[in-house]
Amino acid sequence: MEYILASPLISILFFSVFIPVVDGITKNRTTVFVLTLLGLIITGILAIYTLLIPVETIQALDSSKTITKNMIMFGGFSAYFDILFCLAGILVILASRNYLNREYGEYKEYYSLIVASICGMILIAHSNNLLVLFIGIETMSIPFYILAGFFRTNQKSIEASIKYFLLGAFSTGFLVYGIAMVYGATGSLDISIISSKIQTGQAIEIYLKIGLALLIIGLCFKVAIFPFHQWAPDVYDGSPTVVSAFMSTAGKAAALVGFIIIAKGFLPKNSFNEVSSLLNTNFKLILAILSAITMIIGNITALVQKNVKRMLAYSSVAHAGYLLMGIASNNQDGWSGIIFYSTAYLFMQIGAFIVVSVLERQTENFVTYEEYSGIHKSHPFLAAVMSMFMLSLAGIPPFAGFFGKYYLFVAAVKADLLWLTVIAVIASIISMYFYIGLILQMYFKEPLSKEPESDTGLAKITLVISAAGILFFGIFPQIIVNFTENLFK
Amino acid sequence: MYDLVIFIPLIPFLGFLITGLFGTKLKNETLIGTIASAAVGISFILSCILFYSLLNQHIENPVIVPVYTWISAGSFSVNISYQVDHLSVLFSLIVTGVGFLIHVYSIGYMHNDRSFARFFAYLNLFIFMMLNLVLSSNFLLTFLGWEGVGLCSYLLIGFWYDRKFEGTRIIWTGDAGNKAFIVNRIGDFGFIIAMFIIYVTFNSLEYQTVTELASGSYATYFNTGIMTAITLLLFLGCTGKSAQIPLAVWLPDAMAGPTPVSALIHAATMVTAGVYLVARTSVLFALSPVSMTVVAIVGVLTAFFAATIGLVQNDIKKVLAYSTVSQLGFMFIALGVGAFSAGVFHVMTHAFFKGLLFLGAGAVIHGLHEEQNIKRMGNLKSYMPTTYKTFLIATLAISGIPFFSGFFSKDEILWYAFSKGHWSLWLIGVTAALFTAFYMFRLLYLVFFGKERFDHHHIHPHEAPKTMTVPLQILAVLSAIGGFLGIPYALGFWFSSHPNMLENWLEPVFKNAQFIIYKTSTHIEIGHKIHIEEYILMLISVGVALLGIKLATDFYKKDELWTVPRKLATNNKRTFSLLYNKYKLDEFYFAAVVDPLMLAAKSFFWQVFDIKIIDGIVNGLGALTKDIGNYVRKIQTGIAQNYALLMMAGIIVIIAVIIFSS
Repeated sequence: MEYILASPLISILFFSVFIPVVDGITKNRTTVFVLTLLGLIITGILAIYTLLIPVETIQALDSSKTITKNMIMFGGFSAYFDILFCLAGILVILASRNYLNREYGEYKEYYSLIVASICGMILIAHSNNLLVLFIGIETMSIPFYILAGFFRTNQKSIEASIKYFLLGAFSTGFLVYGIAMVYGATGSLDISIISSKIQTGQAIEIYLKIGLALLIIGLCFKVAIFPFHQWAPDVYDGSPTVVSAFMSTAGKAAALVGFIIIAKGFLPKNSFNEVSSLLNTNFKLILAILSAITMIIGNITALVQKNVKRMLAYSSVAHAGYLLMGIASNNQDGWSGIIFYSTAYLFMQIGAFIVVSVLERQTENFVTYEEYSGIHKSHPFLAAVMSMFMLSLAGIPPFAGFFGKYYLFVAAVKADLLWLTVIAVIASIISMYFYIGLILQMYFKEPLSKEPESDTGLAKITLVISAAGILFFGIFPQIIVNFTENLFK
Repeated sequence: MYDLVIFIPLIPFLGFLITGLFGTKLKNETLIGTIASAAVGISFILSCILFYSLLNQHIENPVIVPVYTWISAGSFSVNISYQVDHLSVLFSLIVTGVGFLIHVYSIGYMHNDRSFARFFAYLNLFIFMMLNLVLSSNFLLTFLGWEGVGLCSYLLIGFWYDRKFEGTRIIWTGDAGNKAFIVNRIGDFGFIIAMFIIYVTFNSLEYQTVTELASGSYATYFNTGIMTAITLLLFLGCTGKSAQIPLAVWLPDAMAGPTPVSALIHAATMVTAGVYLVARTSVLFALSPVSMTVVAIVGVLTAFFAATIGLVQNDIKKVLAYSTVSQLGFMFIALGVGAFSAGVFHVMTHAFFKGLLFLGAGAVIHGLHEEQNIKRMGNLKSYMPTTYKTFLIATLAISGIPFFSGFFSKDEILWYAFSKGHWSLWLIGVTAALFTAFYMFRLLYLVFFGKERFDHHHIHPHEAPKTMTVPLQILAVLSAIGGFLGIPYALGFWFSSHPNMLENWLEPVFKNAQFIIYKTSTHIEIGHKIHIEEYILMLISVGVALLGIKLATDFYKKDELWTVPRKLATNNKRTFSLLYNKYKLDEFYFAAVVDPLMLAAKSFFWQVFDIKIIDGIVNGLGALTKDIGNYVRKIQTGIAQNYALLMMAGIIVIIAVIIFSS
């Protein structure tokens, strides 16, 4: 049973070792491409299978007898996020081929790196131990540093990579330090043990507080929360666009699972003693304030951008702020909201970045708002799906983005954070300007004399799936909602 | 079995997607027409299957078929679910059955139109929306369909958007579409408010729940004031959709669309939505005697005034349009006096004969190359024999000649109106019936008899193609015999104690409402007894119909110069022009509502309030946000050390807050 439950992990681990080996042997890029796709599909199917295993079966597993020794947890939302990561990988890889070939050449390592980072993400989602969580975060981040600088001859890409690496290393220090402090406070790295010690008041208060604060800071960096967000716009802007699409969705979702795991364990809802109730109220407030500042800053800065890719980069900071609402609410609605929003966000953000990647040419041609004027005439399909993504990002029904926001707002209201909801609504209103502005530009302005070429290829599949995804989950949101109700039991 | 109901709206929707998305690529007219017609045809077959199973299986309560829950928040949930009961299946049969025939007819009528596929896409979308309206199990989905048919109506009225159309302040067909849409919005507003009150009162928008709550405990929990408010607001919606006074003005201008549209939307289906809604919420109406009276009075006034306008119109489609308004008035009379099944019966027979009349008119217009003025027609009988014969049957039916369908339904309505003690309703109704017979035969004579008044050199009338005449023949058969579904007891007592099959069929739907009316009224129960008055009234109405026909024959058939009507028109110039200009209702609305509003908007709300105050605030806020943005952007220096510095500052603040906050 344990092996079945661990099968997504085992599968992705196998492929992340196997693909580089194949990569070394063969010179055929298509083989590697197909193999990667296959690996992600297999892992995704296994994850779907484990997701359908009833909770009782998983709980009946005697953790002391398993070989993972309670370091790994199974099923539930972990499995759900596994599916999400694989999906993001598949969507991005499909869209990458033409883009890479056109811009700087398709190198096979690209696929190995993507699979390796997904391996890290899946590890994060399954971690029940601070060390596993840490290893997962690093396994995810290191391929990201490389991917950001994947265009070796492009100065911006290299700059993004170095910047990301430096600041990432900086924040990792705090993460490790936080883990050490928590270990000092409780004498354990196992999240369930730490959780029970906090609830029974057996932890040393001051170490615990500082340790938890540092842990949260480390994760805030990964999610790009103010004041640890400044790397994000530069990195997303400088990286190859397909990589930005992947990092800003799957990477963010992975860091958020880490957040959920920490929040679930460390900020207990039912406060049994003074310490845990203090933790609960203080951290809730801090997270709420950070969330509010993040969404305001992200949207206001996105407002003045003239470059679509930079706009998406800044708006992704704002969306991190919305998502943090779910953590700040610290209740089941919040976590379900994060699950829904991550799913919706994955489709719309990947879709939007891919549209940019299809139109963009070397040295930043066709990325400004102005150059998008009237492209619905030359590219009706791209303009149509881009409009859908923009409307969804702005949170307009019947697209999934609307319900994502709706559930997060409801969670915040239920957690007595009405003021945060008000700020979130204001931030969303600000964001209308640049999302709708792009639609306006595409449909109601006269086209420029120089029309962009497009080179969709397999990216068309990605775009169709993404558009269908946001439409489907916007019309049938109850499918995910009914489903997530059982994930946090 | 009943789950099949999901497919009834779904298949026309698929048809809409196919013809709408791929229509221009298919190019083949026959293929597009076949797909669209088949979609509706399949829905009709499915409706028949449901009808058959309802016939064999007695069900007390409607069968609810949930499709999915769109959204649920607290106690409020938006369910997409359909309801199978006797009323919804009957309407579904009418919509898909008549709709199918009109689709087939349109293949011939729209032949060589440059937007052939678009036309069929709209038609299928319309059928989809209409089916949602009648099959829904709650107010909200009905409202979706309600708005949807409004949209389709707009799209189809303005279908030939580059053609001119004459009307009060109407130049293009698109203006007529706008008018229909806007006038309908006024009614929709009533519908929306009614839904709010219903939700607050009953805490549900499901028909089944509302009906049970209202009928189970009538007059105890719910006061009549609220019921009156709900029903009057709902009825406001109905006056919009079903073109009753005071919102009747849009329907005649809706004739700007292609003729099959007039037949489908403005005669057979969409305008009956109001009747459907009243029938569906019959329990609520029954709880409010005031609303019932209002419905009956509005109905009878509309029936009468529309009939008088119809007397003098010269456009073939306008005559039919006013006759539709007038017939809808009859249906509301029935609903208003509590004879719900009689109202629904008239919906059905009206769908047959009015659909037929419009399609016949379409064939005439088609044959005469878009000529619509009946004064420039004549003697088409010899050119278009099939059209003439079917048109004659429909005319006999609408005039109320015995044993044609219209006779049974109209007579039932008039008899109910009389027997419930409203002899004045009956009197005005009979007068309207007299006018109906007159103007219909006037139309018949001017079009099909007499001299040929069209231009021989340019116009060569011809019979319509098979795709058009076959639907005409089918509808003619239905118009002739459809009435036998509702034989009154007075005529059918010798073979059955319940000869009115339609009434028996609808009995489960209306039993609650009938019970309430029975409890609250002092009048004796009717229907299963023989009243000598009934025969007398029947004879009177037949006599009146014959009188109308006689007058029309004298005026227009025997006398080729139309001396009498011409004299009447010149001697009563003012009356004539009042009737011809539809009582100047349009002009009145423009003077009383539209112009003052426009003036206020232009001089104050737009120029001052909107531009200066609202725009000022909005633009000011926008500029402010942008300024802040430009300032905040400067923090993003691009230098990694600065970023690290800000991070460090953040860390220190957070840690400090954590340590010192306890």
